[in-house]
Amino acid sequence: MADLVQGAQEHRAPADLPRPSLFELFWQFMIIGAVSFGGGIIAYEQILLVEKKKWLDLDDFMATLAISQTMPGLNSVNMAVLTGDRLCGVPGALAAGIGLILPGAAFVLIVGIAYLAKPDHPIADLLLAGIAAGATGLLAAITYKIGQTHLQHVISCIIIITTFVLMSIFKLPLIMVLLIMAPIALFIYRPK
Amino acid sequence: MISTLIQLMMTFGLLSLLAVGGGTAVLPEMQIILNQQFQIDHMKFVEVYSIGQLAPGPNMMMVIVFGFQLAGLAGALTVLLSFFLPSSILCLTVGRIWVRIGESPWRRAVQNALEPISIGLMCSGVYAVAKAAINGPVSIGLALAVLATLLFSQANPVYLILASGLIGASLMYFTSFT
Repeated sequence: MADLVQGAQEHRAPADLPRPSLFELFWQFMIIGAVSFGGGIIAYEQILLVEKKKWLDLDDFMATLAISQTMPGLNSVNMAVLTGDRLCGVPGALAAGIGLILPGAAFVLIVGIAYLAKPDHPIADLLLAGIAAGATGLLAAITYKIGQTHLQHVISCIIIITTFVLMSIFKLPLIMVLLIMAPIALFIYRPK
Repeated sequence: MISTLIQLMMTFGLLSLLAVGGGTAVLPEMQIILNQQFQIDHMKFVEVYSIGQLAPGPNMMMVIVFGFQLAGLAGALTVLLSFFLPSSILCLTVGRIWVRIGESPWRRAVQNALEPISIGLMCSGVYAVAKAAINGPVSIGLALAVLATLLFSQANPVYLILASGLIGASLMYFTSFT
């Protein structure tokens, strides 16, 4: 057990791992949060962590990404929190996470206030209708791109369709859908 | 006011922990809860969601607009913390344990199991957003055009959504005269 704990500490902060300052962490993630218009944040994070600053090697990055994708929450935010913790502990997790969401939060708040304050102008309504139609296309494209590898697998397709039917047709609460589907899917994909 | 903040905190805190595979998985649930508990109609939900897609950074930042609308800046801050803190704390805790025990076949199993569920929920998200946003030939055409462009090119979605807004507005404006 002592070995394990020792190993964990070594793994988390190896001597050769460059240790950024909290401000450096915050600043670098804030730049990503500010420039990543149109998504692709994970790619920006990979460039920052693996190539630009070499805070993680590629194996570490992929392992951290796998945990980020497994846990609930936004993958890009989980990734920032995990690497921040890895490099500087809990303060690092906070610095990286806050840095990543700050620019988008400010943007959304300003545009959102403008939206809520908008006088009911017919042109604004038409513009918003077009934007909503475009966002529908974007969401469909993201869903297809993430889901396409599953389309060849019959079992995956059955899980996808069943989840959709429970959520959208039977209109079950999300927590019920997860309580039904997660144990079934876990049983199907259990380690053999 | 305080009760609204507590209600927002509970709602978005739970959504945070249910967001398997990313924020998009909770879109349909969020739309239903905001409608039933906070009287935000579906069209308004979809409009705020769509505007949010123009923002840089993580793609669910628009949640704070609902907090702002319902309870001002305190509401925005409450929603921001409730939606991002619980999942982050959980991820950090589990992440540390994972580093300690090393890669286990169960992590892969959990990821494999949750992926198709999360895609199913994203399909529900597309369905929920489309039901409010698609209401005629112009919106169908715009949505399909954006979808096709994104599937067959590397175009930046922000420009496509803005173009969709402008083209949609002019088409609907001019056809309204005929």
